[in-house]
Amino acid sequence: MSKTLDGAGGLTSIPALLHRNVAQFGSAPAYREKEFGIWQSWTWSQTFDEIEALALGLLDLGVAEGDFIAVIGRNRPYLYWSMMAAQMVGAVPVPLYQDASADEMAYTMSHCGARFVIAGDQEQVDKVMEIQDQLTEFEAMIYLDPRGLRKYDHTNLTQYSAVQEAGRAKRSTHEPEMKARIAKQDYDSTCVMLYTSGTTGKPKGVVLSNRNVIETAKSSSMFDGLRQTDDILAYLPMAWVGDFIFSVGQALWCGFCTNCPESAETMHTDLREIGPTYYFAPPRVFENQLTNVMIRMEDASPMKKWLFDYFMGVARKVGPSILDGNPVSLIDRIKYNLGELVIYGPLKNTLGFSRVRVGYTAGEAIGPEIFDFYRSLGINLKQLYGQTEATVFITAQPDGEVRSDTVGVTCPGVELKIAENGEVFYRSPGVFVEYYKNPESTADTKDADGWVATGDAGFIEESSGHLRIIDRAKDVGQTANGQMFAPKYVENKLKFFPNILETVVFGNGKPYCTAFVNIDLTAVGNWAERNNIAYASYQELAGHPEVLATIQSHVEEVNTSVAQDRMLSDCQIHRFVVLHKQLDADDGELTRTLKVRRRIIEEKFSDIINAMYDGSDTISTTTEVTYEDGRKGAISATLDIRNATVQAVTAQMAAE
Amino acid sequence: MLDQSEGYMTADGRQIGPVVMEMKNITLRFGGVEAIKDISFDIREGEVRAIIGPNGAGKSSMLNVISGFYVPQDGQVLYKGALRPPMRPYQVAQQGIARTFQNIALFEGMSVLDNVMTGRLTHMKTGMFAQALWKGRAEKEETENREVAEKIIDFLEIQAIRKTPVARLPYGLKKRVELARALAAEPSLLLLDEPMAGMNVEEKEDMSRFILSMNDEFGTTIALIEHDMGVVMDLSDRVVVMDYGKKIGDGTPDEVRNNQAVIDAYLGVAHDE
Repeated sequence: MSKTLDGAGGLTSIPALLHRNVAQFGSAPAYREKEFGIWQSWTWSQTFDEIEALALGLLDLGVAEGDFIAVIGRNRPYLYWSMMAAQMVGAVPVPLYQDASADEMAYTMSHCGARFVIAGDQEQVDKVMEIQDQLTEFEAMIYLDPRGLRKYDHTNLTQYSAVQEAGRAKRSTHEPEMKARIAKQDYDSTCVMLYTSGTTGKPKGVVLSNRNVIETAKSSSMFDGLRQTDDILAYLPMAWVGDFIFSVGQALWCGFCTNCPESAETMHTDLREIGPTYYFAPPRVFENQLTNVMIRMEDASPMKKWLFDYFMGVARKVGPSILDGNPVSLIDRIKYNLGELVIYGPLKNTLGFSRVRVGYTAGEAIGPEIFDFYRSLGINLKQLYGQTEATVFITAQPDGEVRSDTVGVTCPGVELKIAENGEVFYRSPGVFVEYYKNPESTADTKDADGWVATGDAGFIEESSGHLRIIDRAKDVGQTANGQMFAPKYVENKLKFFPNILETVVFGNGKPYCTAFVNIDLTAVGNWAERNNIAYASYQELAGHPEVLATIQSHVEEVNTSVAQDRMLSDCQIHRFVVLHKQLDADDGELTRTLKVRRRIIEEKFSDIINAMYDGSDTISTTTEVTYEDGRKGAISATLDIRNATVQAVTAQMAAE
Repeated sequence: MLDQSEGYMTADGRQIGPVVMEMKNITLRFGGVEAIKDISFDIREGEVRAIIGPNGAGKSSMLNVISGFYVPQDGQVLYKGALRPPMRPYQVAQQGIARTFQNIALFEGMSVLDNVMTGRLTHMKTGMFAQALWKGRAEKEETENREVAEKIIDFLEIQAIRKTPVARLPYGLKKRVELARALAAEPSLLLLDEPMAGMNVEEKEDMSRFILSMNDEFGTTIALIEHDMGVVMDLSDRVVVMDYGKKIGDGTPDEVRNNQAVIDAYLGVAHDE
């Protein structure tokens, strides 16, 4: 480990880190990608050659210092190299979400004025071509996968390998320029620009400097003891700050290997084959995996099911304690080891978690049952709290202090303060430089002393010093009774039920709270299959009376639990609707990172919301939907509005 | 009619080569039924050639004559300039002709990868015992063939089902696997029997994209039978139209579309025989 972390001096840019890795771990694997059924791998030396050839090729194309180069595509080594090649020639890489629509891409690309685009395949090339008339500064595009592109007009279009060839051929011409540009970069040069997902309004371009990225990578790698021999699986969007820090920042700092799956569909197989030692996934991924395990166990033979239930009981009882290093009786230890042999080991292997030493989840709250399930298997799953503006890390849970309801203690170098209204502020070396071309927003978010508003309301738990997040600060409001209204708090409780995929709670300034519910098609569909309930569509299943009754019982259970929290007891749900369609990013109802966009939902479904407050029992509505290929359609439905039982809040509590 | 000598240039700028297969005055009878009556046409290197026609027009019979499964009573089949004698199916495969079937004919119990590998069979030279021992040449050969198979799996985007038994796949994917197997033979002529039958719009779009990129990427000559007129017109370079066993049209999609006999056959004018 000491070998990994020496030489902090002088390592002030991505190219400098690359040079160090070539010198120190030249023959160790740096990138792997599964292609044609086998894992292809590149050592740090080979990686450097590839990046250098591309960088020289970019110079040959005329890339100037400070140019923005958009990078769009699924996680592939070549695209990570594209970002680093851009940094080698003093340009700024801008990774974009690969599933963004052409319109969304038109906004971000014209906002940064990208002169060059590096696209993964035909789909991305098509999108850029569709909008290139709106992009005044756009000049040329480089593509990776030539399939289907043979007949395209190649005046502004070059294949990745051709750019590299040109770079190699003209090495002597361009090499001095490249070296000069690398030499000019210091700790305050721009490293990357990442667009926020835009939960509210237009995405903002967050400019991160070398200092932000390298300091954060350094301190977070130390916090978790990451090693040069670690393996990660890069499968989350490249445009997301987390992927940039894990697969570029920390990977370069520690020199570990980044593995790219063959395609999005093969991710789980590839995960199993690689067996990463350091793994990140949003709660949704863990949730889906658990749901799948449970569904498959329902179909297992009675003997297997009994074994699973018995040993999972043992694991729930002692697993987390063993993981945290707390004392456990000898008998339990023996039972747990036996379980490891027959259940936990094979299960972890199936899930691809056999080698996970450090696992993180973040972005949303994770259900305590889900969290405990993985921890009880001996997987060191932890939570962290962060955002793009902080270069990810604000707080994280240290080994041995892991709980499902907190997000941990401050990361090294981070300071925290809580404002009067409960909003969390932080200051750290990772604090972003600015929002590109948006000084007002920059000033709104970051004050002169470098404190940044997170927009989240939370508090520091006195007993443990851990931070707890309640909700988005601007979503926290008051009901008409003057009680605190924190929708996320209730939504998270609801979403912990496997049958509920998504939910939106309303009630700010209203006499009582109401909710929209999306059922989880995997879980509810499986239940329907086992109970011989036929359904033709999501809409039909969502409207089935038995499904509604099940959801109602979940809502009532949550009400009981919410009623126990003195501050938030008025957030109990009085009425709810199970929606006829899934909330979808293509319809603008969710962000690309799958967070709920409240304002848009409130506007779009205002008729249903009104009906929940005017006492009607049903509501007929028509909703516009966008299909994946951009076509539009409409679905109409008549929805039942259900009343849920609420717990009486005692007078004494209400009086407080 | 098109010039028959050296080939031609398509509208989108592809050079079409010389004749690969020529059918001369083919007549095929089943007892007293004349399924094909005196039909002549050719298939050129690098083109997508379609055979269309209403139900019972004799399209599938025609494809079976091309593939050598049926031997016509009259007429000649010339393949790469030479007269083709009656052959067994494996001999046809060795000649570089591969096909897919209207009703999928895969090995249901085998994985997708194994099915695709069977398409490589004609390219394997080592014997059964050498392969069982899997030493030296047999091992090297399998590696080489696996590489070809994997490139095709990548090309048709079926990586995620590589190890899945075919029996567990939905219809649309089975069709794609069958195409993969045919493609794995690296055929000089690929015959597709109703590649879009029973597919929804999205699957048809995918399949069309694969057929076009196959032709574009590997230069595969393709002869296909299809019901869906829209698809045929978009995909093919030249179209043969059959009705009641006779050829009623032959030419580019535009020529065929404006051919009165074709319009009559499809819109249903009374037949005078």
